[in-house]
Amino acid sequence: MAILEVKNIEKHFGSTKVLHDVSFSLEEGNALAIIGSSGSGKTTLLRCLNFLEIPDHGTISVKGETLFDAAASSEIRDKDLRMKRLHFGMVFQSFNLFPQYTALENVTLAEKLLAQEQPDFKQHRKEILDRINAHGYELLKQMGLSERTQHYPHQLSGGQQQRVAIARALALKPDILCFDEPTSALDPELTGEVLSVIRGLAEQKTTMIIVTHEMAFARDVSDQLIFMDDGVIVEQGDPRQVIDHPCEERTRQFLTRYTQG
Amino acid sequence: MFWNVTQSLLGGLATTVEIFILTLIFALPLGLVLAFGAMSRWKPLRYLVQVLVWIIRGTPLMLQLIIIFYGPGLWLGKNIWSGDEAGRITATVVAFSINYACYFSVIFRGGIEGVPKGQREAGEVLGMTKSQIFFKITLLQMMKRVVPPMSNEIITLVKDTSLARIIAAYELTFAGYSFMKSAGLTWPLFYTGVFYLLFVGILTILFNYIEKKLDYFR
Repeated sequence: MAILEVKNIEKHFGSTKVLHDVSFSLEEGNALAIIGSSGSGKTTLLRCLNFLEIPDHGTISVKGETLFDAAASSEIRDKDLRMKRLHFGMVFQSFNLFPQYTALENVTLAEKLLAQEQPDFKQHRKEILDRINAHGYELLKQMGLSERTQHYPHQLSGGQQQRVAIARALALKPDILCFDEPTSALDPELTGEVLSVIRGLAEQKTTMIIVTHEMAFARDVSDQLIFMDDGVIVEQGDPRQVIDHPCEERTRQFLTRYTQG
Repeated sequence: MFWNVTQSLLGGLATTVEIFILTLIFALPLGLVLAFGAMSRWKPLRYLVQVLVWIIRGTPLMLQLIIIFYGPGLWLGKNIWSGDEAGRITATVVAFSINYACYFSVIFRGGIEGVPKGQREAGEVLGMTKSQIFFKITLLQMMKRVVPPMSNEIITLVKDTSLARIIAAYELTFAGYSFMKSAGLTWPLFYTGVFYLLFVGILTILFNYIEKKLDYFR
């Protein structure tokens, strides 16, 4: 069974329709790449999954549990929205690290706040915090940043900042990790180090959705690819198939522009 | 004579410091509440705060002080402020707190709105509550932004305390001025100025220290 099932999502901003009848599903351990020109709705779709935008129509289910149903009354819908968000992790284009915290604190903050809400936190305070810090350190090490745990974001390069952001998103063990153009704010040199981290995660069978403009990367790393245009899914399927032999004229036009570069 | 003047000015300084500290204690949290009111999604509240800020910023503090001190006695027929020095200081603190809260609220609002939206969103996707996001993420970034404009306002407050003289509260300027009236001495006026300069000097050092403390992040 698919780990993520998205059905008939629609989203309007005022009278502008940004997403129209978007449906797809994702298998556990697979990476889904979403490509398309700016303004095609890719980012909005990702933001809907993280409930940063609330869809006007449609359902979102994870592991068979319906997290969101636009048809339900808003009260039922918003109940436990906070906890529902934890099924998804999010890596932003502009990193959005917390500037007043070190790399390690950025990674561990949310986990510590959640732990504080547990009834046994006071008794085992020290063990719990030690465990969370060890986990955070482990994640940063995995990102190749074991030397940078005590650095503040402004002391890190863009690529390092984005890797901290990936560690932060992984800290709460989301079912699905979302990337919103993770390398668009980076120069080509730094892009490589972030892409190789994401590639590593794909090799470890992390379930991921990656919105990207890096066509070659999408083709190599993803198991499934969606091409969006004007708020609709124009084409989806095997990444090599879609990129090398697109069926739709619109996809072909888009890809031609990219390969000609 | 010098000793007499010093003693008298120290007495006035005590009142000035009292008004200053009490005003900050009330105006800072009230300013934050007003800032949230001004950013509320509920329009009536937003407009109410905007009108209040307009009235308070649009009229002289001295006028507000006079109205707050004499108003209750004139319109309610009953003075709510006790007739002694304590009553005058209380009325001053009330007028100043309302006035300064309005100025602070605008600075706080600028500070909060200046924190990028992505910071809040990053907190949201990590499952943080609204209050966790405010206290753990926004607050410190806001504080860093508001220190320079706040230091301006707070230094202005030091000198505005001299307005309390209008309702005969015996603060620093009143103390210095009284020697001119009673003994024809003008030098205590300059001596009074030295007190203010020292007060503001200490505050300036304090603000520089806070700015430095918050310099570890950007």
